[in-house]
Amino acid sequence: MRALTYTWAVARKDLAIEFRTKESLNAAGAFAIVILLLFSFAFDEVSDTMAEMAGGLLWLVFAFGGALIFNRGFARELPNECLDALMASPIPAASLLVGKAITSTVLLLIVETVSLFVFGIFYNFTWWRHPFELLLVFLLATWGISILGAVFGALTVNLRLRELMLPVLIYPLLIPLLMAAIELTNPLLNNQPLTPDILLWGRVLIVFDVVFTALAIFLAEPILLN
Amino acid sequence: MPVIALDDVWKFFGNFPALRQVGLKLEPGWCCALLGRNGAGKTTLLRVLAGLSPFQRGSISVLGSKVRSETARRQMGFLGHGIGIYEDLTARENLRFFARASGTNLPDSQLVDWLKRVDLSRVVDMPVRQFSRGMRQRLALARTFQHSPKVLFLDEPFTSLDDHSIRMLTELMEEAKQRGATIMLSTHQLREALAIASHVAILEQGQLRFFAERTQEMVDDPGALYRTRAELGIL
Repeated sequence: MRALTYTWAVARKDLAIEFRTKESLNAAGAFAIVILLLFSFAFDEVSDTMAEMAGGLLWLVFAFGGALIFNRGFARELPNECLDALMASPIPAASLLVGKAITSTVLLLIVETVSLFVFGIFYNFTWWRHPFELLLVFLLATWGISILGAVFGALTVNLRLRELMLPVLIYPLLIPLLMAAIELTNPLLNNQPLTPDILLWGRVLIVFDVVFTALAIFLAEPILLN
Repeated sequence: MPVIALDDVWKFFGNFPALRQVGLKLEPGWCCALLGRNGAGKTTLLRVLAGLSPFQRGSISVLGSKVRSETARRQMGFLGHGIGIYEDLTARENLRFFARASGTNLPDSQLVDWLKRVDLSRVVDMPVRQFSRGMRQRLALARTFQHSPKVLFLDEPFTSLDDHSIRMLTELMEEAKQRGATIMLSTHQLREALAIASHVAILEQGQLRFFAERTQEMVDDPGALYRTRAELGIL
């Protein structure tokens, strides 16, 4: 219970700073909108190809936009050596990592929501026909991306090339999650039913989230101390 | 039982031994001034004691627990080279967050009292980004002392402080000592440190070369300490 209080305190502090500075939100939001806008010139929005690609395009935009958010997560702790103050406090390292992941999830969900509206306008998709299913897929996939982003954000925080290293490290690991998210998002965007075959990808999302959350909690202390 | 106990502690950076065979015991209410040249290992020792840097050999206990235990960290205050303050939060928000982080939920009135105590009552809701260096350092002092820790590790706490603020810090440390807190501070400012210290430790190339009670002679004439160091052959 105490760990949850600490986790929430970290997330609340980071969200307060982010909503004040809007550093990550502006960067990730602008990136997502620009990419969606540019691709809308390249593809014919009424073609079958576009229908097949919709989920892939969206999740690639979210994954790349997410990297801009994760990079700031632990970098925010560098000025004045705030990470030392946190690590010397009773906050468990796992609460610190999970708190960062919660912040990233909230920020990424905001970027995703804005992107969906932009996507609907430029690509002529009525994405809101299955709002609850879509929300569930987005929540599960966004949490998976965020927890992995938090772990690797912590690992790369002291590297000079962290902006480069973070995406290089996380994207290969995100492949199963992105495949699952794309497979589930495509039919929802195209108003098709979720068949049992496709629903299997939902299990992939859940397993990914559970495994990487458990790993993050278990490895938080050595990651942050070293 | 000693509050801080180190026994045969070794810390390596690669193959380089930053701390060698350090052994030390501090009792409740003691204030140990940790002295030594740049690179002697003072900051490393404080970071190891605060659980921020792992050590490779030996054993350390803080308040009878391992350094990374929640029990130890809950009752510990750490002020490092970086002041550990968020620039985009206000003074009040910083104190509130770190009070929560220390496991204490101080009421708002107490946070404001702390800000008054460190002469920041006029900038309670101003973002730290707009603070001068001295103001930031004073806020960091409030952050470090606000949860009444039983153990304090202070790395060069007098840096950036004017005479008035040094007096303020000395008072805070004196109060902490009186309620039984144990303090270990590293510094190059001998006069201020010796005025408050009950014990003096000198580190040289990662080794503890001198540890003794502070004498009045050291306070009256900090040069005496240099002579002691010279006698030890570590100057």
